[in-house]
Amino acid sequence: MQIISDSVLLFRRHLDTTMKSKISILIGMVQPVLYLLLFGPMLEKALPDASGSNAWQMYVPGLLVQLGLFGAGYAGFNLIPDMRAGVIERMRVTPISRLALLLGRVMRDAVVMLIQAVMLTLVAVGFGLRAPLVGVVGSFVMVLALAISLASMSYLLALSLPTEYLFAPVVNTVALPLLLLSGILLPMTFAPGWLSVLSHFSPFRYIVDGMRDLFLGHYATRSVLEGAIVAGVLVVGSLALGTRKFVQANS
Amino acid sequence: MIQVRGLTKTFSSKKGNVTAVAGVDFEVGAGEIVGFLGPNGAGKTTTMRMLTTLLKPSGGSAVIAGHDLLRASGEVRRTIGYVSQTGGAKPAAIIRNDIVLQGRLHGMSKSEAHARADAVLAEFEIEDLAERTAATLSGGQRRRVDMALGLVHRPPVLFLDEPTANLDPQSRALVWSHIRRLREEHGTTVFISTHYLDEADNLCDRVLIIDRGRVVAEDTPEQLKAAIAHDTVQIDVADAVDRAVETLARVDGVHSVSADGNSLSLACDQADQNLSVLLRQLDLAEVRVESVRVVKPSLDDVFMAITHRGRTEATEHAHA
Repeated sequence: MQIISDSVLLFRRHLDTTMKSKISILIGMVQPVLYLLLFGPMLEKALPDASGSNAWQMYVPGLLVQLGLFGAGYAGFNLIPDMRAGVIERMRVTPISRLALLLGRVMRDAVVMLIQAVMLTLVAVGFGLRAPLVGVVGSFVMVLALAISLASMSYLLALSLPTEYLFAPVVNTVALPLLLLSGILLPMTFAPGWLSVLSHFSPFRYIVDGMRDLFLGHYATRSVLEGAIVAGVLVVGSLALGTRKFVQANS
Repeated sequence: MIQVRGLTKTFSSKKGNVTAVAGVDFEVGAGEIVGFLGPNGAGKTTTMRMLTTLLKPSGGSAVIAGHDLLRASGEVRRTIGYVSQTGGAKPAAIIRNDIVLQGRLHGMSKSEAHARADAVLAEFEIEDLAERTAATLSGGQRRRVDMALGLVHRPPVLFLDEPTANLDPQSRALVWSHIRRLREEHGTTVFISTHYLDEADNLCDRVLIIDRGRVVAEDTPEQLKAAIAHDTVQIDVADAVDRAVETLARVDGVHSVSADGNSLSLACDQADQNLSVLLRQLDLAEVRVESVRVVKPSLDDVFMAITHRGRTEATEHAHA
C-alpha cells in the first residue's frame, strides 16, 4: 500500500539522521539511569517485597513510562528546525499522504524509545531486576504504543503553538503532573483517596499499572486489559489528531 | 495553465474577521512567466499558499493544469513545483539525499529519483555541492538547491515565492537565467511573487499588482509603464528659458513643462520618438540647448502610483 511505503521511506530517512548522532539516544537515557542509580536503591527498603515481587518489578515499568514522557514527549523539538527551514511545507506540496508525514517521524521515535527501553531494562537487571521474559516483551509493546502517542501529541503541539519558545515550558508543565499522577515513583495504592481519584484522569496510570502486572508475570488481570485498551485508544486518537494537524499545518 | 476565479481568504481572529484576499481573478497561459507584485500584507503570500494547496481558500475556485484546486489537490500537488520564501532544504541533510527523497515523495522509483537528482544538480550547476549539507551553503547556493528540490519532478507549473530575496546581484542574475531557461527548454509556466520591480521588469511577460487583497493592475511591464507614468525629458538650455517653456508646451504629446533655473523638465509620451521634434522646435525658436536626457519611468513609479491611489481611495471611503 502506498501509505505504508511512503511512511517507511520517511521513517528510514529520519532514522538515518538520528543514528548519525547515536549520542542523542544515550543522552535521553541519562535521566532514567540516574533515577535507577540514585533513587532505586532506597525502594528496596521503602517497598518491602510482597508475594515474591521485588521492588525493581514495581519501579522499572514506571521508569519506562518516564522515559517516554521525557523522550518521545519532546519529539516535537525535532520538528522545529524543519518547520523553520520550510521542510514541512515542501513535503506538504507533494502528493504524499499526510498520515505518512506523521507516521514516518513517529515510527522513528518509537524505535528510538524501544532501543532505550531495552538498554534501561538490561541495566536494571544489573541492579537486581528479575522479571519473566514474556511479561517484559508485553511491556515493550505498551512502550511502543506510549512512544507513538506521546510523539504524535508532541508534534501536534509543536505545529499548534504560536511560537517555538513555548514548546519546552508547555511540555514540562504537562509532563510533570502526568508523571506524578501515574504513580511512576511510587504505586498509586499509597495515595490518599482524593489523589487516587485524580490519578485516574492520567491515562498513563493505567499503562503503568498494566506494565507492573506484566513485569510480575500476572497476564490475565484487569490492569493489563485496561492498560492495553488505554494504549490502543491513545495510539489511534493521537495519530488521528496529529494527521489532521499536518493537513492544515500552518508551518 | 492557471485560472483563478474569485479566490478569497478570510482569517478569523479575536478582533473579528480579517480579509487577506478579497476576490482575486486572473489567468496565466502555458509557458508564461507572470510576476505577482504587491506591498507587504497585500495578500501575495496568502494567494500563493492557497494556489499551492497549503491553505484552504474561503471562497472562489482555481484550476491548475486542468486540475481543480479544491477537488483534486493531490493531482495539483503532482503537477506543480513550489519554492517557498524559506526554501525547503533540510539544513542537516546531504543535498543529494534530500533531492532524491523529494523525488521519492513524488512517487518516483529509487533509480528514477537518483537519475532526476543528478539531472537537476547539473541543471543548477551544483554538482560539486551535492555531498554537502544545506547548512554549510551560502544564500545563493542554497537558493539553487531549493529550486532543484522544487523541480525534481519536472513540474509544468512552477510557483516561486520571492526567489531572490536577500541574494547578492550575481546570485539574482543567476536565478533569473535559470528561470528563463526553464521556460525556453521545457516550456515551464512560472508564477513568481516578488517585491523587486526590476525583477518583474527583467523576467516577466506580464505583471499582476495586488493591493489590499485585490488585483489592481494587470499588463506587460511596458504597457503598465506607458499607461500609468509618462516619460520625462530633461533639457538644460543656455538662455531664453521662458521662450523655451512656451515653445515646448505647444508640442503634441507634451503634458507639462516645468523650469528650475536653466533646467527644464517635461512630462511627455514616447519621448524617444518626440525628441527630434522637441529639439527642432527649440532650434526654430532660437534657444540654445546644452544637454538632453530622457528618463523612462521604472516599474517602481507604476507601483507607487497604483498602490498610492488605492490608499487614497481607502482614506476617502473612511471619511465619507
